[in-house]
Amino acid sequence: MIAYIIRRLMLLPITVVGVTILIFGMLQLLSPVERSALYVRDIPHTEGALDATIRRYGLNDPFVVQYWRWLVGRADPVTGETVGGVLRGDLGYSRTGNQDVIDLLLHRLPATVELALWSIVPIIGVGIWLGVQAAVNHNKLIDQVARIFSIVGYSFPSFVFGLLVLLIFYARLEWFPPGRLTDWASQIVQSDAFTRYTQLNTVDALLNGRLDIFADALRHMVLPVLTLSYIQWALLLKITRSAMLEALRQDYVTTARAKGLAERDVINRHARPNALIPVATVSGLTIVGLLNGVVFTETIFNYPGIGSAAADAAVSLDVLTVLGFVLFTATLLIVTNLVVDVMYAFLDPRVRLS
Amino acid sequence: MATDTLPIRPAPGALDISGITLREYGRLEKLVGPDWYRILVGLFTNPLSIAGMVIILCFLLVAAFAPVLAPPLEGANPYKILRDGFSPQPKPPGTEWKVRSPEVPGWYQLLTGKDKWVHLMGTSSGQWDIYYGIIWGTRTALWTGVLITAVTLCIGVLVGSFAAYYGGRVDDVLMRITEIFMAFPFFLAAITLSAALASEYGKTIWVPTAALVAFGWMTYARVVRGDILTVKERDYVTAARVIGAKDARIVLRHILPNAVFPTLVLASLDIGTYVTAFAALSFLGVGTEVGYADWGQIISFARSWILSLDTHWYIIVFPGAALIFFGLGWNLVGDALRDILDPKLRGVRG
Repeated sequence: MIAYIIRRLMLLPITVVGVTILIFGMLQLLSPVERSALYVRDIPHTEGALDATIRRYGLNDPFVVQYWRWLVGRADPVTGETVGGVLRGDLGYSRTGNQDVIDLLLHRLPATVELALWSIVPIIGVGIWLGVQAAVNHNKLIDQVARIFSIVGYSFPSFVFGLLVLLIFYARLEWFPPGRLTDWASQIVQSDAFTRYTQLNTVDALLNGRLDIFADALRHMVLPVLTLSYIQWALLLKITRSAMLEALRQDYVTTARAKGLAERDVINRHARPNALIPVATVSGLTIVGLLNGVVFTETIFNYPGIGSAAADAAVSLDVLTVLGFVLFTATLLIVTNLVVDVMYAFLDPRVRLS
Repeated sequence: MATDTLPIRPAPGALDISGITLREYGRLEKLVGPDWYRILVGLFTNPLSIAGMVIILCFLLVAAFAPVLAPPLEGANPYKILRDGFSPQPKPPGTEWKVRSPEVPGWYQLLTGKDKWVHLMGTSSGQWDIYYGIIWGTRTALWTGVLITAVTLCIGVLVGSFAAYYGGRVDDVLMRITEIFMAFPFFLAAITLSAALASEYGKTIWVPTAALVAFGWMTYARVVRGDILTVKERDYVTAARVIGAKDARIVLRHILPNAVFPTLVLASLDIGTYVTAFAALSFLGVGTEVGYADWGQIISFARSWILSLDTHWYIIVFPGAALIFFGLGWNLVGDALRDILDPKLRGVRG
């Protein structure tokens, strides 16, 4: 077990270095002019200034030299202060965000975290619960409904789904507004009377004892959460259902029934925990799905998170910002996968002992 | 003595088979072989997969008859959506065509008796004809889908078979590289590469295609590698090696046909996924150039009308429906096929 974790941890740096090389490789596709935004705020426009910038920051140097500089930064030959350096947290300047990429991401992160956290509620509630119900009532009505839902849900591209949801519930029915808060609520949130403990609107509203703001924030989250999470419901529903069907066929379930346990206990205590092992292993996929999803969801609902920042940047081909976002998500994904693998080993004795 | 306690087996010739009726092999089964026969029967007896195949067939027909359904302007690139002026205000379905109308299709005159061509599904802002874009977008969807799937599969099979056949250090290096590519969320990596490529080479259809290929091959490589590892040690491979067959011949003639057939069949159905991803890239603005006949491109016109979608619903509903049905068709067939090919589910009706 410990050897397994150590082996995983030793492979980690190789992957991380590989990821940074790949990202830097994509960066090299850009012209030196575009890349100068790594070090300067205003991309020079005259030819002389351009050449000077390229020479000053060595943007035509060999790949390896530039890669190293991109990682650790370098002393500016004129001013002497260190510029750039991804490891120092300097990801360059975001043309679309009008600030450093890292500041933009940090500033927008809480909104995305809040969205993702709220999405987990229906994913577990609908996906896992319905999956178990479908398997227990195999081939009955609820099973058929769940199957059709999962395959249709899986075929719905999330940006189309989001736009349709917006069309129906916002434009037609006017039930839910886009954005993050209504104006009156956002004024209170930004005022001094309201303490921002976590930057998450719903949590802060509760901590400040403002239920009206909590309700307003939640109302704004309903459509984005729905759009972000429904594909994951479909995916988890499918996996839970087949894992549960498999588990219900096992001998230990027959044994449990034979010794006279109530059916509820057979399902909840014997079948379900085993069925949830494969479900746990796809939680990495769920994270990826959510990260992909925030780009569309936030764009469509005009929700100010890191996803919409990346989408705005992508449209105007502001590659540095997009790369910063991808570097962030790739890091998150590597950590998640590590955690999932270790968790899997804990959950499944067969892996733990081998 | 131990042998005395063993039951006496009847000689093979004396085996009693009177109670067993042997199944007749049909003509089709003889023609395509038992494996394909099982797959075909599975596909054509499952209502969901039949629905899927019908949907796919409809799209193929639309693509084939695109010039009849939506006649292009003479001499112009047919993949450029036709536009009726430049006004920013979208027009609802049924609006009459004013500027540079293409030839009115015969079937339309027959059905309605009118000789003026209209915007069947309305126009987006900039007066791009939505109907034209959807019809010709079907061709774009099909051929980009096939192309992306084919190229990713080739790369995946190549990497996977190199890694599995040579093993050792080759395997280690190739699998580490695969893992690095997999460390990126697929779609986000594709957005990034698209944006980087587009900022250098401009927005063309090749940019999203290349980006999706670059980050799409890894799963195939891993699956193919696993498949090959299981058949590599089989006797017939050793036999081929003993008689002096070359590596390439062993891989191409003996290992691949036995190892990756199911993978290939399943992967061919990823077309739906790739087309959706392609449209998503276009929707975000890092895909094809503005005005290219591509479903995602049309939907992206809706981005500037998000607050008045109830009046301009047709900008997203029609292309959205095309995308949904396209994905659904392939998923329905793919789901059925997965059940047929999954040995664990063989004989179990899930």
